[in-house]
Amino acid sequence: MNAEQINLGSLQVAAATPEIIVGLMACLILVVALYIKEESSSGFSYVLSIATLLCTALVIALDFSTEPVSAFNGMFVDDPMADLLKIAICLITSGVMVYSRQYNIDRGIFQGEYYVLGLFGVAGMMVMASASHLLTIYLGLELMSLCLYAMIAFYRDDKLATESAMKYFVLGALASSILLYGMSLLYGLTGSLYLGEIRVALAGTEQDNVAVALAVVFIVVALGFKLGAVPFHMWVPDVYQGSPTSTTAYIGAAPKIAAFAITIRLLGGGLEELHGMWMQMLIILALLSVAIGNIIAIAQDNLKRMLAYSTISHMGFFLFGILAGTETGYSASLFYVLIYAVMSMAAFGIVLYLANSTEESDSLNDLKGLSKRQPWIAFLLLILMLSMAGIPPTVGFFAKLSVIQALVNAGLIWVAAVAVVLAVIGAYYYLRVIKLAYFDAPEKETEITAGPTMTAVLSVNVLLILAILPWVGSLIALCNQVIAKFVV
Amino acid sequence: MENNLLSILIWLPILAGVLILGTGGDSRAPLARKLALGFSIGIFVLSIPLYTGFDSSTAAMQFVEKASWITSFNIWYSLGVDGISMPLILLTTALTVIVIIAGWQVITERVAQYMAAFLIMEGIMIGVFASLDAVLFYVFWEAMLIPMFLIIGIWGGPNRIYATIKFFLYTLLGSLLMLVAFLYLYNKSAGSFSILDYHDLKLGLKPQILIFFAFFAAFAVKVPMFPVHTWLPDAHVEAPTGGSVILAAIMLKMGGYGFIRFNMPITPDASHELAWLMATLSLIAVVYIALVALVQTDMKKLIAYSSISHMGFVTLGLFVFNSQGVEGAMMQMISHGFISGALFLCVGVLYDRLHSREIKSYGGVATPMPIFAAFFVLFAMANSGLPGTSGFVGEFLVIMGAFASNPWYAIIAALTLIFGAAYTLWMVKRVIYGKVEHDNVATLEDVNSREIIMLAILAAMVLVVGIWPNPILDVMHTTVDNLLQHTAISKLP
Repeated sequence: MNAEQINLGSLQVAAATPEIIVGLMACLILVVALYIKEESSSGFSYVLSIATLLCTALVIALDFSTEPVSAFNGMFVDDPMADLLKIAICLITSGVMVYSRQYNIDRGIFQGEYYVLGLFGVAGMMVMASASHLLTIYLGLELMSLCLYAMIAFYRDDKLATESAMKYFVLGALASSILLYGMSLLYGLTGSLYLGEIRVALAGTEQDNVAVALAVVFIVVALGFKLGAVPFHMWVPDVYQGSPTSTTAYIGAAPKIAAFAITIRLLGGGLEELHGMWMQMLIILALLSVAIGNIIAIAQDNLKRMLAYSTISHMGFFLFGILAGTETGYSASLFYVLIYAVMSMAAFGIVLYLANSTEESDSLNDLKGLSKRQPWIAFLLLILMLSMAGIPPTVGFFAKLSVIQALVNAGLIWVAAVAVVLAVIGAYYYLRVIKLAYFDAPEKETEITAGPTMTAVLSVNVLLILAILPWVGSLIALCNQVIAKFVV
Repeated sequence: MENNLLSILIWLPILAGVLILGTGGDSRAPLARKLALGFSIGIFVLSIPLYTGFDSSTAAMQFVEKASWITSFNIWYSLGVDGISMPLILLTTALTVIVIIAGWQVITERVAQYMAAFLIMEGIMIGVFASLDAVLFYVFWEAMLIPMFLIIGIWGGPNRIYATIKFFLYTLLGSLLMLVAFLYLYNKSAGSFSILDYHDLKLGLKPQILIFFAFFAAFAVKVPMFPVHTWLPDAHVEAPTGGSVILAAIMLKMGGYGFIRFNMPITPDASHELAWLMATLSLIAVVYIALVALVQTDMKKLIAYSSISHMGFVTLGLFVFNSQGVEGAMMQMISHGFISGALFLCVGVLYDRLHSREIKSYGGVATPMPIFAAFFVLFAMANSGLPGTSGFVGEFLVIMGAFASNPWYAIIAALTLIFGAAYTLWMVKRVIYGKVEHDNVATLEDVNSREIIMLAILAAMVLVVGIWPNPILDVMHTTVDNLLQHTAISKLP
């Protein structure tokens, strides 16, 4: 690239304002924190990180795109879908940071760098949300993943956390290399790294083209790894259980939204012409995820591990919408993943709430008699579990409804029927949590260290699941709108 | 007020429930009780205009409300009642008052939550009967499970956890298949979730049969019909008295209501095609389950099986497709609501005193508790279908309707008059009459004024409906005729 080609005006840098704000603030916080007294520097980084995320969300919301804007010579796109995803990522991550405070203080990992890593991770996710080029996807993904590895390993005195950081790193690197391999095959076949050009080049490809099929397999496997879909789910339970819960909450929420972004940009965008090919693969991945996730979750006695298997099954549901391959389906998946991220954040928020300086309280038996000890938290847990199980009138039902409707609409009635039966199996372990909290007698008293801010944020988070009900229609309509405008 | 009466009836109890939850711990239990009673009576009074303002000359939906809710799926907040749902709503508001009175002294732990659960459930149940949009209906239908799940699980008997999880999962599985049927109909009807639109939708026989079975899965579990009835005895035995009353008196009716609102008008050809199956399963319930009831040693279990047997009359009456049958089924639902509710309350009265539901722990109760014995015998007579009580009207009409369709149905169904009398009166004989054999029975105290009030209300209803059923039959007559005309027209394309 020579000097004449670089023209800042044509780069449309303004389209990347949110990423730039988050990236610069992360650097700034890192540097300024060095000049602040040690005892107050962590608090400074914490408050400023949350403020950055909230301001970024506000900036995006005020300048919400109505039409897609292509930037950086087409490597980056700022469309309504990207804006919606970025707002969700910022808000959810800031909530997770609030939840993590007391937990991190109790474990001595309440340090400025933890939150700076969190900000860089968010920048990575935002790049993923806007990627329209294979390299941009990869860069965003790696930026996010490296931050996640470090955030797990942050609790370095804990053997389990170190182990799960290693495991996550090795498997994450493997998945990234598989993704790169698939991308290189795509580049070889189409001669382009731009998703839009790939889509055009692939038009009219025959369904039995082996080389193309190989590329699609690599891409789908890599996405399966990142989402944690069966049979590429092995890392999920170990990482969820082993990580410090504050990091698990981070991993479990916003990165799923970013994963949605790259899944839809790759499969629904660049590879849309090959829908017939990847649909078959996703049906298997999705059904196995829902089945194995739900069935194995029943056997868990650790809350974090149970939630990990629940994530696997939710990712299966999320894939149902994608595999329908229609606008309705993509929109349903988008709605699902947003709702899921809110529920997942709340679930780990409750685990964080119950943990205190001496113990994690993440065993299912620790929930016994919660409604007598902590009636309000038990009530929040009740709503949350019902929503995760997809029981009306919670919003989780509408998420499942829209996905199943997309399946029926695409003519996949048998998949819908199987999904529904598996959802009943899933309901069992959520009900068991309610049973422990409400029907069993308390075995011990737990000391709660969480402050009023956390209680307030957690309450808002969970009550949103019920209170959004009259406006569910508007949210679904918004998802439809942004998907309709989504371009590669 | 007139225009959004149904919304008020749905949301006022729910808001009242939330308010009562807000009273907090058991130190303020008296306040929670008074608020619950006040609200439940107020809601009952509010529901009376539904009857007085009802136009029984039309089969169209009345008290209609419609507002857009989820526009991208064309889901509406759409409410309305006809001659079939309106009496069931009144039944709900009336029985909630009784249930609140029944839990007055008995429930001493988590009182506010108990009272709130019943009020919230009242609102949700009214929502089920009033919804005209399939998704709205489904939301209420499933939401109803949550308070009942908690009521059985928190205030239930020793084996409550098994019973409540079985109850929840059993009904959830059936309901989800109904949801798939709704989505199929949604796509078939070019994007409508309106139940009334489905009534006019043309469907081939094969899809009709599949949809029929999907609905059957939801409603047969709820009724419950043989062979998917096994959750009911467990749930009834473990539930607290109030829970049993609501379960038997209202929740079971939702299964029958579902058959009337969904199966018959949406899939009329499949309904005619499969009428033999419905009649057979109903008759098995009527005869076989009655025999099962005969050998029970636990009073609550006996009444639970008796409920299944009586609900067999409802499904039989519906699927003989004539006006005596359908009106008889409706009468049977309403009357069974009073009678089974009353019998569960009677068992509750005894259980509160001796903490046993076993028949053999009692005997000669009439000696220490003469007033109670009078009520118990009256309800037992009504349960066995004595003329002059409400139990007779429904059974008689159904048998008449069945006779017109197939005399054998009528002959087999009439056996219940013998079996029903056998298991009910035999229980009465062993519990109420005979010598006082246990010392603790001899010292039993008779019913107090609170218990007399609730039993007297129900006794009055049983007798009034039994002697003069016309006020109820009149409001449903046009709707039932319209339904039968509708089901007589084939919907095959």
